Amino acid sequence: MIKSLHSHLYKCLLLIACFGASIQHACAQMENDGIMIPKNYLCPGVMYSNSDWKNYWEGTFKRNNGNIGTVNTNMYSAMVTYGVTNNLIATIGLPYVTTHASAGTLEGQKGLQDISLNVKWRPIKFSFGKSTFSLLASLTGSIPASNYEADFLPLALGSHSKNFSARGIADYGYGKFFATVSGAYITRSNITIDRNSYYTTELIYSNQVKLPNMSDYNFRAGFRSKYFIAEGVANITTSLGGFDIRKNDMPFPSNRMNMTTVGLNLRYRIKSLKDLEFTAGDDYVVKGRNVGQSNMIHGGISYIFSLSKTTKTSEQVSYKN
Amino acid sequence: MKRYILYITAAALFAVASCKKDKIVSRTDLYPALTPASPDLNADTWKPVLITDPSVFNVPAPDALTSPAYVADLNEIKGYQQHLTDDQKAIIKYWSAGAVLRWNEILRQLVAKHNVAPYQNLDGTYPAPSSANPFAYPVFPFSNPPYAARAYAYVSAAQYDALIAAYHFKKLYNRPAPYTNDAKVQALVPKSDLPSYPSEDAVVSGAAVEMMKLLFPADIDYLQQRAAEEKQYRIMAGANVRGELDAGESLGKQVADVFAARARTDKAGAAIGTPAYWSSLATTASNKGEQPWISLEIPRRPPMLPLFSKVKPFLFDTLTVVALRPPAPYSTNSDEFKKQTAEVLSYSQHATRENQAIVAFWADGIGTYTPAGHWDAIAADEFVKQNYSEVRWARNFALLNMAEMDAAIVCWDTKYAYFNPRPSQVNNIIKTLTGVPNFPSYSSGHSNFSGAAATILTYLLPDRGTKFTDLANQAALSRLLGAIHTRQDIEVGLVTGKAVGQYAVNRAKTDGADGGQ
Repeated sequence: MIKSLHSHLYKCLLLIACFGASIQHACAQMENDGIMIPKNYLCPGVMYSNSDWKNYWEGTFKRNNGNIGTVNTNMYSAMVTYGVTNNLIATIGLPYVTTHASAGTLEGQKGLQDISLNVKWRPIKFSFGKSTFSLLASLTGSIPASNYEADFLPLALGSHSKNFSARGIADYGYGKFFATVSGAYITRSNITIDRNSYYTTELIYSNQVKLPNMSDYNFRAGFRSKYFIAEGVANITTSLGGFDIRKNDMPFPSNRMNMTTVGLNLRYRIKSLKDLEFTAGDDYVVKGRNVGQSNMIHGGISYIFSLSKTTKTSEQVSYKN
Repeated sequence: MKRYILYITAAALFAVASCKKDKIVSRTDLYPALTPASPDLNADTWKPVLITDPSVFNVPAPDALTSPAYVADLNEIKGYQQHLTDDQKAIIKYWSAGAVLRWNEILRQLVAKHNVAPYQNLDGTYPAPSSANPFAYPVFPFSNPPYAARAYAYVSAAQYDALIAAYHFKKLYNRPAPYTNDAKVQALVPKSDLPSYPSEDAVVSGAAVEMMKLLFPADIDYLQQRAAEEKQYRIMAGANVRGELDAGESLGKQVADVFAARARTDKAGAAIGTPAYWSSLATTASNKGEQPWISLEIPRRPPMLPLFSKVKPFLFDTLTVVALRPPAPYSTNSDEFKKQTAEVLSYSQHATRENQAIVAFWADGIGTYTPAGHWDAIAADEFVKQNYSEVRWARNFALLNMAEMDAAIVCWDTKYAYFNPRPSQVNNIIKTLTGVPNFPSYSSGHSNFSGAAATILTYLLPDRGTKFTDLANQAALSRLLGAIHTRQDIEVGLVTGKAVGQYAVNRAKTDGADGGQ
């Protein structure tokens, strides 16, 4: 009865809704990198991202859709990071999201998405010669911050699940070059939708939907100095279950959503404005399943300062810490 | 540092706990075993839909209770009952809720599975599913709302007639259930005084499978698998011997053949129309000075089943279809029409979360069991509380689904007689909270389906008060809240739907079933 409208979670939604990664561009530290801020420092920031996709995958079938045209997502995030110790930091983030389809009649959505808390801990760090090596654990939990409609893909703001991810990170630096590898397991709670039956590969008479858990691998490498980072980033996200969108069917929150992205990321703290940090980057989906082939640009500004009256500004702050 | 580790561990445990996944349980899995309040022993005197004389069907006399064949059949039961596995117990539990109910659910699932519109060809045209080649893309059928309503009606009505015929033979042969004949056979489902030859469960599945072979030919394997599972259930539960099941299945198929013959000639096969007919619809509307409907899909899709209006109804004749057609909607040039569209725009621009939820609950769009299936699900949730016999289940579903099919016919007649544009076509600023269906606006299909369903369900379950009417009103309103229909579409649709539903009520009053209720 409904005309065929299709598509998906775009990359940033998937990343952010599922992994609470919205905090990633604050204060030059992200839930999946090796960077910390010092004890008793506070770093509030804002981030903006804009994602577009026109092509998407129904299962493995790649197509576009005249009934949605290009799906555009804007995300405005506020976040703050606090240095609990020199090796333990906590970040809270909250994004506001708008979605829009350039064609068709489906109404774009807007609202607060998921509030997240990330705690990153660095238990191991040592140096030898020009090398430094550290191991980190990064835990992220997120819960929906508003009652947005998850069952409204491809324009839903997110999956409306409570998520928890546990990530292990290994970071290696050699002089001004570095490489970071990490892997995470993400659990997602069941969600409640507005209808009381739905078809996946069978008809289920419930308003509860089981979302597949996910794995996420992140690789980043490049140049890193005290004030500047330029890095290449690759990310592989895999749903550990779920089902494919059938040809010309509607998408559903428990679809098997996979994606591989590559991107570039720059971070710069301006020496003359030592406490202001600028972030900019771009990520592109090179391979996917039941997701849109999005391109996402993002930029952010954050400000770091010490809460301790005796400490002078940001001398201790360094990307090479 | 230990303190932090403790905090992190505690936070992690809390987070994991809050992400806990409970197993999803379908509410239909919790239905209790069917325990009829009355076996409706006089059901052989009820008025069938199509068949006239049950005795014309071939149901040979059963084996004598002392025959080796019957003893062997009993031994098959005892063999199963000696070591029932957990899976087998689960099969018994599932099917014991009732045959008519479970086959209705199986049909709803197939409707949802096949309710996907074909993807376009490279040249921007659309392929049509073909019953002659059901496995090729696009797989046959596209079970859109009219197709689905017709499918529910045929399967339900065939099951009803088949059960009436079964009651004729049950009384004729009067064979008691296995557990009555042999004390070593346990009854793992509630016992029944109803004679057990032929098996009513097998009659129901025989009729269902035979009808669904025609309606869902790409799923014959699956259907036969479910029918075999149901047969095994009856034997494992000690409720039927194999001979009773075979006779029941055969009778069900014979009765379904009567319905299949009707289905092949009811004009549904031609409902898709032709390109010439599609363009004539627009010309007719333009000649009247009205803005004609156009498809809002890209590429533009031909209108859904424009000649479904010509399909032969169950509850009245084709002249009545035209007689039930409501008056013309406000002219697309009129101020009233502009006001109607402005109201839709207002709902589009002020969508509350509550409105979104109502729209989503009733959307019943792509990949769902459609509005008629939604009403079957609503009815089933109520019927399970009534302790009906199988034949009363079948009768009530037949009444409901014949009303739904005929409502679809009358609604489609209205839609294509007036070819009225959707609000988003008239004003492209209007964004919608659900997909826009690919057929004309006036009058609302949901409203027709819901008005008809609520009318017959309120008759069948008067103690529910205004429950079904309230649901119907909400279903209709959801289409206005979703910004895909005007107020006149839903108000007129409800009125027409109720008029169709009244034909089902009139039939119910005289079919002989309510004397004993």
